[in-house]
Amino acid sequence: MSSITQPVGGHGHGHDEHAHHPTGIMRWVTTTNHKDIGTLYLWFSFTMFIVGGIMALTIRAELFEPGMQILAPERFNQMTTLHGLIMIFGALMPGAVGFANWMIPMQIGAPDMAFARMNNWSFWLLPPAAILLVLSLFVPGGAAETGWTLYPPLSIQSGMGMDLTIFAIHIMGASSIMGSINIITTILNLRAPGMTLMKMPVFCWAWLITAYLLIAVMPVLAGAVTMLLTDRHFGTSFFNAAGGGDPVLFQHVFWFFGHPEVYIIILPAFGIISEVIPAFSRKPVFGYASMVYALSAIAILSFLVWAHHMFTTGLPAAGILFYMYATMLIAVPTGVKVFNWLATMWKGSISLEAPMMFALGFLFLFTTGGFTGLILAIQPVDVQFQDTYYVVAHFHYVMVAGTLFAFFAGIYYWLPKWSGKMYNETVAQWHFWLSFIFFNVTFFPMHFLGLAGMPRRVPDYAQQFTDWNQVATIGAFGFGLSQLVFLYAVVSAIRSGKPAPAKPWDGATSLEWTLPSPAPYHSFETPPVVK
Amino acid sequence: MSAVSQGAKPYYYVPQPSHWPITGSLALLLMGLGAAFWFNHYAAGPWILLAGFCVLLVMLFGWFGTVIRESEGHLYNKKVDLSFRWSMSWFIFSEVMFFAAFFGALFYVRNISVPDLGSALTGRELWPNFSAQWPTVGPYIKQQFSPMSAIGIPLLNTILLVTSGGTLTIAHHALKSGHRGALKFWLFVTIVLGFTFLGFQAYEYHHAYTEANLKLSTGVYGSTFFMLTGFHGAHVTIGAIMLTVMLVRAFRGHFDAEHHFAFEAAAWYWHFVDVVWLLLFVLVYWL
Repeated sequence: MSSITQPVGGHGHGHDEHAHHPTGIMRWVTTTNHKDIGTLYLWFSFTMFIVGGIMALTIRAELFEPGMQILAPERFNQMTTLHGLIMIFGALMPGAVGFANWMIPMQIGAPDMAFARMNNWSFWLLPPAAILLVLSLFVPGGAAETGWTLYPPLSIQSGMGMDLTIFAIHIMGASSIMGSINIITTILNLRAPGMTLMKMPVFCWAWLITAYLLIAVMPVLAGAVTMLLTDRHFGTSFFNAAGGGDPVLFQHVFWFFGHPEVYIIILPAFGIISEVIPAFSRKPVFGYASMVYALSAIAILSFLVWAHHMFTTGLPAAGILFYMYATMLIAVPTGVKVFNWLATMWKGSISLEAPMMFALGFLFLFTTGGFTGLILAIQPVDVQFQDTYYVVAHFHYVMVAGTLFAFFAGIYYWLPKWSGKMYNETVAQWHFWLSFIFFNVTFFPMHFLGLAGMPRRVPDYAQQFTDWNQVATIGAFGFGLSQLVFLYAVVSAIRSGKPAPAKPWDGATSLEWTLPSPAPYHSFETPPVVK
Repeated sequence: MSAVSQGAKPYYYVPQPSHWPITGSLALLLMGLGAAFWFNHYAAGPWILLAGFCVLLVMLFGWFGTVIRESEGHLYNKKVDLSFRWSMSWFIFSEVMFFAAFFGALFYVRNISVPDLGSALTGRELWPNFSAQWPTVGPYIKQQFSPMSAIGIPLLNTILLVTSGGTLTIAHHALKSGHRGALKFWLFVTIVLGFTFLGFQAYEYHHAYTEANLKLSTGVYGSTFFMLTGFHGAHVTIGAIMLTVMLVRAFRGHFDAEHHFAFEAAAWYWHFVDVVWLLLFVLVYWL
């Protein structure tokens, strides 16, 4: 970031505390304020994180011993499906949008999001979708039992829960598309004078690219599930070989969405980490331009690698080679980012507050998940690991220790700005170490299970897998309980934390730190000038 | 907003709290529930869906009405106008990607799955009598049908839609040069052409079902034909409704030569629908 002179935000006029808005619940239902909506997104995300987490613990409890203990097999499959859908569409994506809502207008000096009313709808579409998803557990036949990928033919044959899931996906897709159009428009049109694109914080760049990916692929997912719906109820044959279609067609359409989707989940996390590491190293981010180009390169490559999820479906050899090499190519821009984060810390004046601890945890564990991804990208190896616990270990390393840890880093980093209160450092450090240790206790053994051949999405397993499954289950419960420490850290900070200064982190440079803490209800009604 | 209370024009218009979004969310919840119940043969399903649709209509009238009042009240400055332009462009891009999913499915079945089903490797053992020729109902569905010809109604519809793109551009030029009469006339002609297109398409569907024995369930040919042309027809319907709203607004004296992005957005959408039709004509009807 270049220096900011004259931060003349339209704040601090005293009367701002009494902003005109309804009170009580109607404030939250009708709000057009990006900070209110960001808060709604973040609490919704946390609620879904708990719901999806309870499902994960149900799965782990069933897997504590071989044989069937607490769940019928079809209920187990419904749990894995809903756990995936709720964590991805309910917890991780809305969490990232919550950060975008809070931070992007404040980081670029905008008065609010470009479309404040549509912003409200983007959020309030999520609860109906969540209702449809959770309700599907209670209809005849139960929830979708296909795994979050909804592969036919099983998804054609399953019951009413699949229809509710399909409509939930339609609604969540509409929410994502509206949210992304809003974010792109805000970044392209509402930057303060002097805030050129290449002066923007990396977090804004990460979200600009993410929003582009979302607009490109959420409609494709909508198309895929619409074809499922018509195959189920209206006699079309898209995924039915009897009529000339092909179940593998669904996999192509789904993963054309699904692979960019994994970058949609991780890029905002990259953005948060790119804010936190420079702040706590007291150095500007190393290689700003290369960070931006790496984000763009990842986005473009993400459209060209989808069939690496389908290495065992009988693709032609030329296709396998193309997707294998293209997938490995993504390691180059990702490596650029990892090395840039390391170089940012090099000779920095590092301090290890909770945001930095989570950022370091992210760096270490996300990179581990990236390496197992490279291993899975090798097709002859993937043929062995497809649908084993090795894959489960891989994507939990990038999504939990990647995105979720980055969210924790971002929450501890920006909570003083949001709430005006400091969190308790000791509690937050406990949260980090408990999460870090129990995460590894849960997911590291899954590498061994996968290498030994344990298939995923099964409620029962052969006896030789028992030991590591028991370790993983103990770790999972430990990880789940650790998140109560997180809840305590946040709630106690908001209720009784020490007042936070405008800029609690001396290494932080971006525009939001020029505002008082907590940030006033309306900030930058007249734009600051950035030089 | 403090800037408003000081009597100054705000730098960027931020709307007041609104109950329209939550109304829309309620509508979509009811519609999702209603459709799911309906498709699974619960009697209440269609009624819940209908109720949701009515709520959606109320929301659309209320929300767009608010936007029109704000626009006519000159609350939208140049910067807001530019936001609308960016957002409409990205919205149309999302629509392009939605159609891409179905065009992709068409490409896949024509070039991969149908040839595979007739190939020595996968199909010939199972279905020795299946000739993997497009159009097809697939190897296992027993049904005779006549495919759609490009000549006739589809060609006529192509001419109608391309012409409507031209008349809409004439209307836009009339608006920009202040010829209100010409604006209303050519906009009206565009809408008539649009609804004529839809009438012909309805006739074509009727013909397909009653005489050609071509249905949504006619294998993968029927699936791709009806899904692609059906979603396109739905978009023509929405576009024609948008243009009709613009005509009503033109009669009420809305828009001036500088300030008429709603009209332009509807026109962009109409041209997008036009381009999709050209792709449909070539890839679905002709080739």
